[in-house]
Amino acid sequence: MSYQNLDSFRDPEVAKTLSGLIAESCQSPMRIMEVCGTHTVSIFRNGIRDMLPEDITLVSGPGCPVCVTDQKEIDDFIQLARKKNVILATFGDLMRVPGTQSSLQKQRAQGRKVKVVYSAFDALTLAAQNPKKKIVFCGVGFETTAPTVGACILEADRQGLKNFFIYSAHKTVPPALDALMSMDTVIDGFMMPGHVSVIIGADAYLPLVEKFSIPCAIAGFEPNDILASILTLVQQKEAGESKLENTYSRAVSPVGNKKAREVMEQVFDRVDASWRGLGVIPGSGLSIREEYERFDASKAFELPPARSAAPKGCICGAILTGKKIPPQCPKYKIECTPTDPLGPCMVSSEGTCAAYYRYHGAITKVY
Amino acid sequence: MKDQSILLDHGSGGKLSNELINSILMPAFDNAILEAQEDGAIIPVNQGRLAFSTDTFVVDPIFFPGGNIGDLAVHGTVNDVAMCGGVPQYLSVGLIIEEGFEISQLKIIVASMAKAAAAAGVRIVTGDTKVVPKGACDKIFINTSGFGFIPDEINLSASLAKPGDRIILSGNMADHGVTILTQRESLEFDAPIQSDSAALNTMTAAMLKAAPGIHVLRDPTRGGVGTTLCEIAKKSNIGMKIREKDLPVDQSVMGVCDLLGLDPLYVANEGKLLAIVPPEQAEAALEACKQDVHGKKARFIGEVVADHPGQVVMQTAIGGARMVDMLTGEQLPRIC
Ligand code: SF4
Repeated sequence: MSYQNLDSFRDPEVAKTLSGLIAESCQSPMRIMEVCGTHTVSIFRNGIRDMLPEDITLVSGPGCPVCVTDQKEIDDFIQLARKKNVILATFGDLMRVPGTQSSLQKQRAQGRKVKVVYSAFDALTLAAQNPKKKIVFCGVGFETTAPTVGACILEADRQGLKNFFIYSAHKTVPPALDALMSMDTVIDGFMMPGHVSVIIGADAYLPLVEKFSIPCAIAGFEPNDILASILTLVQQKEAGESKLENTYSRAVSPVGNKKAREVMEQVFDRVDASWRGLGVIPGSGLSIREEYERFDASKAFELPPARSAAPKGCICGAILTGKKIPPQCPKYKIECTPTDPLGPCMVSSEGTCAAYYRYHGAITKVY
Repeated sequence: MKDQSILLDHGSGGKLSNELINSILMPAFDNAILEAQEDGAIIPVNQGRLAFSTDTFVVDPIFFPGGNIGDLAVHGTVNDVAMCGGVPQYLSVGLIIEEGFEISQLKIIVASMAKAAAAAGVRIVTGDTKVVPKGACDKIFINTSGFGFIPDEINLSASLAKPGDRIILSGNMADHGVTILTQRESLEFDAPIQSDSAALNTMTAAMLKAAPGIHVLRDPTRGGVGTTLCEIAKKSNIGMKIREKDLPVDQSVMGVCDLLGLDPLYVANEGKLLAIVPPEQAEAALEACKQDVHGKKARFIGEVVADHPGQVVMQTAIGGARMVDMLTGEQLPRIC
């Protein structure tokens, strides 16, 4: 299918054709995991569930970087915000995430310097503007964000900045999918994240497809991108095939963005990382290499071991692995709401619980 | 006035306060009721119903493309009175100024308040100025209160929407909120985005004249169009269906929203209104709205229905359906 411009990715006629083909092709129940939180939100916002046959179940995966951030990492951010002379720079999404005792939002209300930024480079600017303060950036994100943060470290190095630090809680997607497939989850196909794929390239998923024989499709974020990827997943399953289809080839190449990957390799080492809900996944984290150690907040500041405990009763783990959906959580909408969240999945703009809270209702197929 | 910035003494009630009031505020808000300089404004009243509203403006940055905290403070309160069906007439102004604030900036703000008030046909008849120590407030906060009388035949309330009513939105969503966000965070975008801050009382008067049976008028400020519709649906205990393809959003604003993961449906507006109008007067109301300078892009965005009371459902552009819920907390830009 070729598209002329962005409008065609939202064209209702194309959408109708695609959903018709999906309904025709789908002969048996299928569980598709949309790995990326942006997909989850787009699916809800565009009312895509409403256009799919009942046999298709969409479950959300571990693709919201805020949601998979370990409780210990959140607690460390809070500890850093409490340090004297520190300005903690963070993406907005992290502000309300509850740590074991507090949140960054609460810390800010108590007068700590916590600043919402839109890029790690904003934090770098802060460092240059406030030479007497120590600027710590909360490095949370996948392959999409890590290269920019890496570039920032290189720039800080070039400028000789001594007051700029990164706490790297970055994670990489392919090892998490591998771990997920090795658990007792039932997933019949993966909708792969568009933005991450732009960086790592389509080929990065080939080992997964081979190892687990599972249909995979890389999808863009427009509604018709998503429908097209669902169509290929359904067709693959019905044909007994498992391959990698790139339905987002206008942005994703087989090899990805080489330059971004090089920066990432230059600045970070691959380490084991702890994911909320998934546990420790080998080689899935990025820590700052020895060479750039002086920018590493986890080494520059003393962080006594936080007594981290995941919020009681929160089933984020089951949500992030696609075993459960938010309405199955006893706390959902009762004790856990976006303004008073128990887990990060209810806070992040890409969190599954937040998406359900905002968009999911009893009403579908009314018009 | 020799000093170029605000001193604590400017709020002392003494000589400097007087100087500030007489040299900056009085000439700007120039009118006989204010000049009487009583402890309060003495206003002749007719009988009838009075619409009365107050709001405090703490916007950061205080200057933004399309306006500043001063005209915003006038527009905001004028609109609140107008949405009640009142014809806004008088405003009060409370200024809380941070020590050290530049007087030249104050002059600009006060001048735009005066200009906005004159354009809206309202008079600023009483006020108050306080100066607080540096750090106790952020540059300048402005409170405005306003009132106006409601014509006898007009009866507006968020609880009056009825099935069959049509929903009008007077123009593009999200202009103000996105402007403030991009300014505040110095996000640089090529596209010129500007706040829609404007007084809508001329528009409401024209609409009410053309369609006196309008059930609800609301300005979808914080929380945006989405939250305002939900509030009306709950208060009136009716359902609403809106169509995404009919929701007007400027292309550049949409671009910023896409980039930051914001839903324009929940972003603040300062110069837009929603009208819920009985079907037989709907066309007349829309036409009147379109005739106003601020309503050129007005259109029907949906209907009030008897189904699913209390809930707003949107038909999406690609033909799906989804719930529209109230905004909870502030929208925080996404991470990737
Ligand atoms: S609804 Fe709240 S408590 Fe339940 S899984 Fe989601 S975030 Fe955790």
